[in-house]
Amino acid sequence: MPVTAMREDRGFIEINAQECKGCGLCVEACVQKVLHLSPHLNHYGYHPAEYDGRGCNGCGVCFYACPEPGAIRVFKAVA
Amino acid sequence: MPKQLIKGNDALVKGAVLAGCRAFYGYPITPANEIAEAAAYYIPLAGGTFLQAESEVAAINMVYGAASAGIRAMTASSGPGISLMSEGISYIAGAELPCVVVNVMRGGPGLGNIAPEQSDYFQAVKGGGHGNYRCLVLAPATAQEMCDLTRLAFDLADKYRNPVFILADGYTGQMMEPVDFLTVDAHAQVTPEWAVDGTAETRKNLITSLYIHPDELEAHVRKLEAKYKRASEVETRWENYRTEDADVVFLGYGVVARILKSVVEMLRGRGIRAGLLRPITLFPFPSGEIRRLAKQAALFYVVEMSTGQMVEDVRLAVEGARPVEFYSRVGGNVPSAEEIFEKVLKTMEARAANSVEEVLSHA
Amino acid sequence: MPEMKQTHGKAQCFYDTYERKGELTHQTHYCPGCGHGISMKLLAEAIDELGIRDRVILVSPVGCSVFLYYYFDVGNVQVAHGRAPAVATGLKRARPDSIVISYQGDGDLAAIGSSEILHAANRGELITCLFANNAIYGMTGGQMAPTTLLGRKTTTTPFGRDKIKDGYPLHVSEVLSSLEAPVFVERVALGSTKQILAAKRAIRKAVETQVKGLGFSLVEILSPCPTIWKQDPVEAQKFVRETMAEVYPVSNKCDRTATAEPHPAPAPAPDLDELPRILKLPAAAPAGTAPRALREDLDCRIKIAGFGGQGVLLLGQLLAEAGMDDGLEVSWLPSYGPEMRSGTSNCHVRLASKPVDSPLVTKSSVLIALNEPSLDKFLEEVEPGGLVLYNGDEIPEDARRQDVTMRALPFFEIADEVGTAKAGNIVVLGALLEALPLLPAEIVDRAMARVVKGEKWLEIDRKAMERGRQAMNAVVSAVVSAVVSAVVSKEAHCHA
Repeated sequence: MPVTAMREDRGFIEINAQECKGCGLCVEACVQKVLHLSPHLNHYGYHPAEYDGRGCNGCGVCFYACPEPGAIRVFKAVA
Repeated sequence: MPKQLIKGNDALVKGAVLAGCRAFYGYPITPANEIAEAAAYYIPLAGGTFLQAESEVAAINMVYGAASAGIRAMTASSGPGISLMSEGISYIAGAELPCVVVNVMRGGPGLGNIAPEQSDYFQAVKGGGHGNYRCLVLAPATAQEMCDLTRLAFDLADKYRNPVFILADGYTGQMMEPVDFLTVDAHAQVTPEWAVDGTAETRKNLITSLYIHPDELEAHVRKLEAKYKRASEVETRWENYRTEDADVVFLGYGVVARILKSVVEMLRGRGIRAGLLRPITLFPFPSGEIRRLAKQAALFYVVEMSTGQMVEDVRLAVEGARPVEFYSRVGGNVPSAEEIFEKVLKTMEARAANSVEEVLSHA
Repeated sequence: MPEMKQTHGKAQCFYDTYERKGELTHQTHYCPGCGHGISMKLLAEAIDELGIRDRVILVSPVGCSVFLYYYFDVGNVQVAHGRAPAVATGLKRARPDSIVISYQGDGDLAAIGSSEILHAANRGELITCLFANNAIYGMTGGQMAPTTLLGRKTTTTPFGRDKIKDGYPLHVSEVLSSLEAPVFVERVALGSTKQILAAKRAIRKAVETQVKGLGFSLVEILSPCPTIWKQDPVEAQKFVRETMAEVYPVSNKCDRTATAEPHPAPAPAPDLDELPRILKLPAAAPAGTAPRALREDLDCRIKIAGFGGQGVLLLGQLLAEAGMDDGLEVSWLPSYGPEMRSGTSNCHVRLASKPVDSPLVTKSSVLIALNEPSLDKFLEEVEPGGLVLYNGDEIPEDARRQDVTMRALPFFEIADEVGTAKAGNIVVLGALLEALPLLPAEIVDRAMARVVKGEKWLEIDRKAMERGRQAMNAVVSAVVSAVVSAVVSKEAHCHA
């Protein structure tokens, strides 16, 4: 289920936990610092990245930091 | 159409163009240069690509590219260059791409010399590159065959999705003979369904020789194996020359076979029933025909311009049923009919202290 | 809550799941934090943005990026180590409308394939090359690459890369941008978000360079390899940004996109029925002549020998051409290989009623010796009863045989009288045909008209032919009967 965007947020992201390898590059890249690695393991044994659930501005930096083609989807408020 | 007096090398290129070859990638080497030079002239005029590559390694990979795109492609070289191409030929066989590779053989090993030899038989017939693959190998002996077998080579390459060698010698390439090009219908190229040609129709296609899982590679190699077996059953070609009653059967290919025809005539003039089996395909090899002749002939006599390469296949085919004698010249020396004739007589005498006729009567 | 719209997601030209991978079909095969995945995404976005997916042929290398075809829903060709630019050349030239993109690592492109990339770039091939430089051999487990930094320990530089022993890091983009042909060469890096976005722009521009038909383009991508570098992904990214970029400056190296002219479109291929004309195949059959008595069992083996420049080969060719026109079986074999040394030249011609077996003439019925060494060398192999024509005033005393007909004529002096000694070979032809009427004059004349280039030369040659006939006729008229038996008799070749 997509994380529900908070009213004040200008964007949100979806992370496909099964595609993520837990490299942490998105966590490092995130300007808003709203990503973290999950304490849980995914199907393949990685700690996948997770969105904190609030604070995303939809900038897309995490998408380009991520080496997986489709692990992250970025949504942004229509102006 | 009347015949045209033409060099074998030129006939080969014209045959290739008529066969639909529209890509030639090569690198200069004597004695195959004339093929590249004729290709550089004719193939662009026919709407194709000629490119002098930076090396034989690059040339064969350019052929790989053109073949991947579904274009009839070829290259021509000689021993040292074929050695460099062996990597690419293995990949082409592994990726099941069609192409034609011409080897106008010269003397080896190493730099050897530029004179004619037949010492690349193993390289062409037994592999050259790595892995479980074979190349189909055609051995022309006339200028007409330089044309016709080139056309056949492209058809076989497409049919089996496999590299096909034209294993020629300097004489067959340099020699001028009348060639009837009417025997070759111009080929209209259709993009094969497996090709990758940069269109929506072929977008899902993949050209690769990589099968990372052992079971997949085994299945692939078994598929290639079955293909070569099928080719062996239906593509073997040879010429019988006066073998119907022959006690002595000569074997030779290329220009040597032509010389052996003269030897056959000379021996017949001496009352010895001689004949010639000329393999036209070296792989697949006419082993069945050799076995058939082994029932009637007393002696097989193999002549090569190598220290003994094809003779191994002859011995495997004869399976010890009959003696297999061998005579060779190497280094660029071409055996004369007279020289072979004398050797044969001596051999036959040596085999039986009494008389040639006695040897033959044991057949 | 404001309306949200997806702005970034998986590119269209990626497969939804990676079925070719066989297992774990939702993930790439790359290690966590690997730069290849990011490079792939940037390329995929460029393909999507330019709307060229159906036209793309992606050339996969050998190395960690060998499996590009697991992911890209485009035409895929996997190739040998280092050969991607050569294969790409063959693909692009075969299919000029396709967009051919090769992707290579540093071992592949900068070591084993250094020749292929250099020459593809120098030819200005209309291809796009992505070059992932992580300064290490990843797939094989961490050996030194040509781009490995000085001092770095790898499995094959256990004491660190030494400039004396191992040489210096290879600056591929600088080398290639020093060439004249490349249109767009840029080095980018994956060391930060900013660098990644710059890389995205460069990759798109490189592909666009090909789409516009402008020429060769290459993007070198400084790329992290956390696993082999033994760093975590964040540290590896920092290493790219701070250490690699020190050695390999990140910048555009060459951009001629503003001035480069698009390559012209290839000319349309001619119709197949044009091929006989293009290939210069003979148009019409020459009228044959009636078989003559001489030809019934004709087996004439001619050897012509002299030095280079005497027209030995052309003389032989004219005989073979005329013989063919006359309905004979013919072969012509020039001196070849070691025989060509020392400026000597010879050829073997056979004119026969039956198919020619050996094209080699080792027992000749006719020897034409245009100098003394040739006479000395080949006189022995002339069949008894054969004919020898020698270029000179008389046959040298030490080179005489009683069992063959030998005639000496100064062919080249005679040719001088018709204007040029160069026609000496045609004087020989006239003399030979006078001595031995193998071929009708009109057939020979037609062959000559076909082979000899230029009306002026044809006139000279016709005169030379006539002078040759006259000269021979003056020497002897009775040669014919003496030598006919040598060229018609099967016995001559039976060595019993």
